Amino acid sequence: MTLFDLFKKKPSKSSTGTVAKDRLKLVLVHDRVDCSYELLEMLKTDIIKVILNYMVIDEDELDICITQTRSEDNKGVVPVLFANIPIKSIRKAS
Amino acid sequence: MSEVIVITSGKGGVGKTTTSANIGCGLALAGKKVALVDADIGLRNLDVVLGLENRIVYDLVDVVEGNCRLKQALIRDKRFTGLFLLAAAQTRDKNAVTPKQMQKLCSGLRAEGFDYIVIDCPAGIEQGFKNAIAGADRAVVVTTPEVSAVRDADRIIGLLEADGLANPTLILNRIRTDMVRRGDMMSIEDVKDILAVDILGVIPDDENIVVSTNKGDPAVSDSKSKAGQAYRNIVTRLMGQDLPLMELDNRKGVFGKLKKLLAI
Repeated sequence: MTLFDLFKKKPSKSSTGTVAKDRLKLVLVHDRVDCSYELLEMLKTDIIKVILNYMVIDEDELDICITQTRSEDNKGVVPVLFANIPIKSIRKAS
Repeated sequence: MSEVIVITSGKGGVGKTTTSANIGCGLALAGKKVALVDADIGLRNLDVVLGLENRIVYDLVDVVEGNCRLKQALIRDKRFTGLFLLAAAQTRDKNAVTPKQMQKLCSGLRAEGFDYIVIDCPAGIEQGFKNAIAGADRAVVVTTPEVSAVRDADRIIGLLEADGLANPTLILNRIRTDMVRRGDMMSIEDVKDILAVDILGVIPDDENIVVSTNKGDPAVSDSKSKAGQAYRNIVTRLMGQDLPLMELDNRKGVFGKLKKLLAI
């Protein structure tokens, strides 16, 4: 970092250029794996249905989405299905 | 050894034809023998951008269907030594040609001893696109810093790679430094980051492009045009020479220069 960088005006987080970049990134993740929002919603519903057989979960805080991560061999970026499902309690087997 | 380069984009109106014309003329100015091929059958345009619209006798479909010899359909540009145009047919559609026929056409042009064969691809991802990329050795993707154009560029890059045209390079067209500085336009780095491809060149938004297109005289030959300079740099890189991206920030005066130095 040079001295000049200290004075550099960083485009604010809300600048439309940043908005465009963030929106594009999200759209492209879906485009690249050819997964529509509808398909993801269907998947989400099914996952919840299965989990509910075993656990009580917080459906409002649940987060299921497709994102990207570096592949294990570090050769590139791969899509992953990311799920964050808060558990409230485990159902006892009857 | 000839090289077949296809200029493509997915989205229409981002500057494929202008880019094809300027790259073709630029390569010819650099002393190469160049064939410019308009693959946009039914929507012929490369001829007007080049100012050769009055000289078309035979077109691409005539060659493919055997109505004339390849040599007869190649229009020699009198201003640029070594530059030839193969025009698109205007009264036919994309289905008049098959990818196989395009490959054969490219081989024919290689046999004519062209150093470079530059193909102007139509917009879209259908038949016309498949035809245009069929005989190509490498692909150049043109985009502008807008969400729609970048999204389509991403799709095209995927399709090119699936077709064996690995590592296409990118031309970022119509960038406005003032807007990038304000944060209201995606920067070169933003687009590079999203598409993960190498940048072949960056072209500033330049009124001269409209003026030169009006006249049918590509900007690459205009030494005063900034876009022309950007195209000359692209041509140099296409010929294998490394060249840094051009300085687009042209703020003048003491304060402007100081601000530029401080990058604010």
